[in-house]
Amino acid sequence: MSAHAPLPFWRRYIFSTDHKVIGLQYIFTAAAMAVVAVTLSVLIRFQMTWPGTQYPIMGTLLPNAYEGGVLKPESYLSLVTMHGTIMVFFVISIGLVSGMGNFIIPLQVGARDMAYPFLNMLSYWTIVPACLIMIGSFLVEGGAAAGGWTSYPPLSALPEALPGSGMGQTLWLLGMALFIVSFTMGSLNFLVTILNLRTKGMSMMRMPLTIWTFLISSILGILAFPPLTAAAIMLLLDRHGGTSFFLPSGLVVGGNVLAYEGGTPLLFQHLFWFLGHPEVYVLLLPALGIAFDVVATFGRRPVFGYRTTVWSLLIVAVLSMIVWGHHMFTSGMNPYVGEYFSVMTVMITLPFTVIGLNLIASLWRAELRLTTAMLFALGIISAVGTGGLGGLYLGTAASDIYFHDSVFVVGHFHFMIGVVTSFGIFAGLYYWFPKMFGRHMNETLGKAHFWMTTAPVFYAFIMMHYIGLAGALRRVYDPSVYEYIRPFLQMNVWITYALFIAVAAQMVFFVNLVYSAFRGQRASENPWEGATLEWTTASPAPHLNWDEPPTAYHGPYEYRTNAAATGYTPQHVPGESPSGGPPERGSGPPPDVPADPPSEPSMAGDPS
Amino acid sequence: MNSRKQTLEAVALVVLFGGIMILTFAGFAMRDWMPPAASRHAEGMDGMIRYLLWTTGAVFVIGHGVLIRFIWKFGRGGEAESPVTSARAERLWSIAPVVAMALISEVGVLVIGLPVWDEVYGEVPEDALIVDVAARQFEWIVRYPGPDGAFGRTDPAQINGQTNPTGLDASDASGADDIVERNVIRLPVDRPAYLRLRSHDVLHSFSVAAFRVKQDIIPGLIGSTQFVPIEVGTYEIGCAELCGLAHYRMRGTVIVMSQQEFDAWLREQSGGAA
Repeated sequence: MSAHAPLPFWRRYIFSTDHKVIGLQYIFTAAAMAVVAVTLSVLIRFQMTWPGTQYPIMGTLLPNAYEGGVLKPESYLSLVTMHGTIMVFFVISIGLVSGMGNFIIPLQVGARDMAYPFLNMLSYWTIVPACLIMIGSFLVEGGAAAGGWTSYPPLSALPEALPGSGMGQTLWLLGMALFIVSFTMGSLNFLVTILNLRTKGMSMMRMPLTIWTFLISSILGILAFPPLTAAAIMLLLDRHGGTSFFLPSGLVVGGNVLAYEGGTPLLFQHLFWFLGHPEVYVLLLPALGIAFDVVATFGRRPVFGYRTTVWSLLIVAVLSMIVWGHHMFTSGMNPYVGEYFSVMTVMITLPFTVIGLNLIASLWRAELRLTTAMLFALGIISAVGTGGLGGLYLGTAASDIYFHDSVFVVGHFHFMIGVVTSFGIFAGLYYWFPKMFGRHMNETLGKAHFWMTTAPVFYAFIMMHYIGLAGALRRVYDPSVYEYIRPFLQMNVWITYALFIAVAAQMVFFVNLVYSAFRGQRASENPWEGATLEWTTASPAPHLNWDEPPTAYHGPYEYRTNAAATGYTPQHVPGESPSGGPPERGSGPPPDVPADPPSEPSMAGDPS
Repeated sequence: MNSRKQTLEAVALVVLFGGIMILTFAGFAMRDWMPPAASRHAEGMDGMIRYLLWTTGAVFVIGHGVLIRFIWKFGRGGEAESPVTSARAERLWSIAPVVAMALISEVGVLVIGLPVWDEVYGEVPEDALIVDVAARQFEWIVRYPGPDGAFGRTDPAQINGQTNPTGLDASDASGADDIVERNVIRLPVDRPAYLRLRSHDVLHSFSVAAFRVKQDIIPGLIGSTQFVPIEVGTYEIGCAELCGLAHYRMRGTVIVMSQQEFDAWLREQSGGAA
């Protein structure tokens, strides 16, 4: 389709500036990192479920972490820390946001590439060394960082306080710094592309909700990450430059009085969560956006409440920037400030209520097509409700005193930024796979993947809420040391078995991914009868997407909106919108724009 | 997709989401989860948690109920009526749930939660027993002021893990009679306890599940927590904030005893001087 001479291999697939190739590079990088992070979680589950068991084979494979075959406590903390770090920043962030975003944003807004293709390539190639540094940190003396994914000082600042706080923590900070640089460049690219490169007629209120969520996600990313950069630099200086940003005087570690004075660890907590909380929405919102698109296409009806959803997303974005303190209710901050954060935090429930209900209502009078992508989208609806309601227990300051740092928190955030986000990636992959590879993913394997994943993860993470309700604390190497928790520990065994099934399901997914990319059933240009612009180009989408980008004449979800309630009207087909169109001002294409011919013959009931 | 297969899948989805509902409620009804409340504010906090369990439980059931209903009604194939709704209807659909959630969440925070928050962080009662608790990797150093009622000064440079774990300053006479213990806090029942919390090294968090107490300890700041134990007994202290490789072993005990027993113990510690 492209008139250009084909680029050499290394420009096409390695140092590519094509947003689709970069998107896939991100997704595969995330997949590789996911293998690492899931492996860590398996080791965590073994230790937490059968503490202190001797595994001679592990003693042979990893003699530094498994002394005599038994996992060392400090290595357990490294596992927990790196599992969290890798999952949040190197799997979900780069897989869902950078990966899916890169692939789909230009295609859905009708752009031929990102606004800054070179910057895009640069941001991908910045994440690669970050990943290598993170993985490499397992090999240094003292092991990988072990101060938790939050890396609170003083623990993370003082090598004498924790083995992992030596070289491992330094590498963690360097890896994070590179990640932030990469992610900020990526967010900027998303923002500019969405604001400036929309095709003719693609007004803001005609954008698919996926694009809205990526837009808000990138704004939040740009606003929230710089404070973490500052915190990382200050922590590096405290560690290596003799400063005391986060370290007060009078610290005594290992019998020695340390020569710091004047800082406070609380400052780091504020900086970390000023990023950390918006980051949750940076990850969560795109998954919801994808769910909306998938539900509309496979429900054969417009998204319910497009406008209320957009407004709710904007309100979530504003609120998400001013509630970070709810991670610190018990930190000893002023109790009045704590109450403020609590009042604002539970207010986030309100826009989320609208978003969640609109997702459910988008099934009303739908003609559901239960594809694998649709199943995962339905899973997102349930998970965001389950996890979201759990958030009220933590956002309410009084009850958070009991739940803070308990396994309840672990169950909660695994729902929100574990299940919802990874289901977002899965739904997106099954949905857009034809556009990526020109082939379908295998639906039988896909459904096996869904069922083997969903039932176990819901079971496991709901039960974690209950173990937390019993008062079990997180990050505990051997939970059986607490007498009052012992009666509940049998549950860990079942949770572990359930999660192992879910891990096995991911192997089915990987097999499907690789098999289908090469051998899957060939896909047509618009196999799902989707109305958005990505379905107007070939499958797989060629370099630069279109010779001439299509024009948008309608909102993104004109499914069965005509009088007969049949068929659909793709965005690029000229004519009146059957639903009356998104009621906004002064958009719509200029009348002299040549109209693309409708490319799909099966549009029964299309009035054009 | 043939409609028989689709019907089966819709049934499976209904079973899945119904199962999630049942699991959640069966899980809750299965056993008493929380340790028996042993402090005065615990009752309020448990009330707060019960309130959330009922309200969020109801929302959870309604939400999943509608989800299941829609999957069942619209998921088995066949044609559906026109899905077009007016913008006005869509706004209206949002309003009632938003008002309901606003009430549920803010009533929880302000009406039910705030009094509990105030009990935990409000004024310190005058008759409170003040105990100094210093956290260090990986133990709790507990100190009572002794007969003179005054805590001696501490000096980080004089800390010695074996002989002077809290770093009592030898030059301050008021510290001479301080009673220092490791990992055991003795408290009289029904008397407010005010714990002064300090850390020598990294973050820790003082947590006693039975008292519904959890308070992070920030090195460089003197924090506090207060509660009124209402049951004689022995309770486990945990460290809730990651503090190093033996974080999991940083445990202690609160022994709640009658006022007479407590006084007798104090006298014994001070060599019968008081």
